[in-house]
Amino acid sequence: MSIMEYNGGSVVAMVGKDCVAIASDLRLGNQALGISSNFQKIFPITDRIYLGLPGLATDVTTLRERFRFRVNMYTIKEEREIEPETFAHLVSSTLYEHRFGPYFVEPVMAGLSKTPSGGVKPFIAATDLIGCLNFAKDFVVAGTASSKLYGVAEGLWEPDLEAEDLFETISQTLLNAVDRDAYSGWGCIVHVITKDKVVTRTLKGRMD
Amino acid sequence: MASADGGAYSYSLTVFSPSGKLVQIEHALAAVAQGTTSLGIKASNGIVIATEKKTSSILIDDSVIDKVAVICPNIGIVYSGMGPDFRVLITKARKSAQAYWKIYGEYPPTRVLTQEIATVMQKATQSGGVRPYGVSLLVAGWDSHRGPTLYQVDPSGSYWAWKASAIGKNMLNAKTFLEKRYNDDISLEDAIHTALLTLKEGFEGQMTEKTIEIGVVTVPTEAELEEGKIGGETGRVRPTFRKLSEEEVRDYLAL
Repeated sequence: MSIMEYNGGSVVAMVGKDCVAIASDLRLGNQALGISSNFQKIFPITDRIYLGLPGLATDVTTLRERFRFRVNMYTIKEEREIEPETFAHLVSSTLYEHRFGPYFVEPVMAGLSKTPSGGVKPFIAATDLIGCLNFAKDFVVAGTASSKLYGVAEGLWEPDLEAEDLFETISQTLLNAVDRDAYSGWGCIVHVITKDKVVTRTLKGRMD
Repeated sequence: MASADGGAYSYSLTVFSPSGKLVQIEHALAAVAQGTTSLGIKASNGIVIATEKKTSSILIDDSVIDKVAVICPNIGIVYSGMGPDFRVLITKARKSAQAYWKIYGEYPPTRVLTQEIATVMQKATQSGGVRPYGVSLLVAGWDSHRGPTLYQVDPSGSYWAWKASAIGKNMLNAKTFLEKRYNDDISLEDAIHTALLTLKEGFEGQMTEKTIEIGVVTVPTEAELEEGKIGGETGRVRPTFRKLSEEEVRDYLAL
């Protein structure tokens, strides 16, 4: 059995019209045994960037602290908030530093970047466990239910969804995908990031 | 002040003189003051840095001497003082810019790079077995956060942001001249001419494209920013700093 499936868990991120959404399940398991139904895998990086870390739970916790440290140092040194594109490269290089003894996580990022004209541009990205970046225009998936997430997202996602519709799309995508994965589920959390606020909702799914 | 020979405190760097001075740093500043004049002027739409390129003999091939150096596509540096020390700092600065690129996928903001160079120079005032760098630098660059900025770094490792500054020989005269000439809405073209005029004040010999070096930062337009950092034809980062060619310098001198 792969170490990537040891604790279970999945994350998905989607692009909408001037908004992005990122969602994950809340399960922490020990192989098939469920341990917790409130294990957070998505963390706020700045007011406008969220990072999802599905994978080995110990590495999720370690990396969360590592990125908190590195982003804090960046913010202090540069006297500005990190932009999503820059943060994606930071994630990538941090993981590649451990190319031959990697952290067992597949990060997913969602955020809004500033445009030169003062607007916002949706940004999502994902990397594999050694930091190979995937900048997608539609959606990115990761975790034990990734193969199922791909299928459902392909079917449900459409371009230029408004925040409320994007919430519905990402929620249905995640709920239906994790129902078909024994290692993901036990409730979900969804963040929808728009220009002036972030809406966070927790969902009950099939709690089995 | 220390005695003419530097007194008992001139050799060991880590020892303060009773008056609170580190005399080796003062000597380094003296080395800078002997160097050729360099100056930088911040304009409303860019920055110009310029220097005098003096050779001790007409037999020297001055086409190979570089006093204005490109660090990364958005930052350039000019120096006054000791050439070899400058070369070492250039190498360190370029490596630092590339290391930053490897982590963040973009080149450092001017202030971050300046800080990095200043740290290198400060280390040389506190470490054993070394002497301070005998150079002052003018760092000019553009970044999306702060726009065009001009910094000066001294051998002590201290740095300041300037609207216009001069270093090296005649720096006081040049600064007084700049104070008279400078205003906040000067254009880059005007700034280049002011730079040349300032250099002319203390210039010995003929000012030609062979004896002057100029570097400019140009602020990208809104349209260029929308297109993104990467240039379409080359796939490389669009430069905002560049050195003027001999032809361009000649044209500015002719005006």
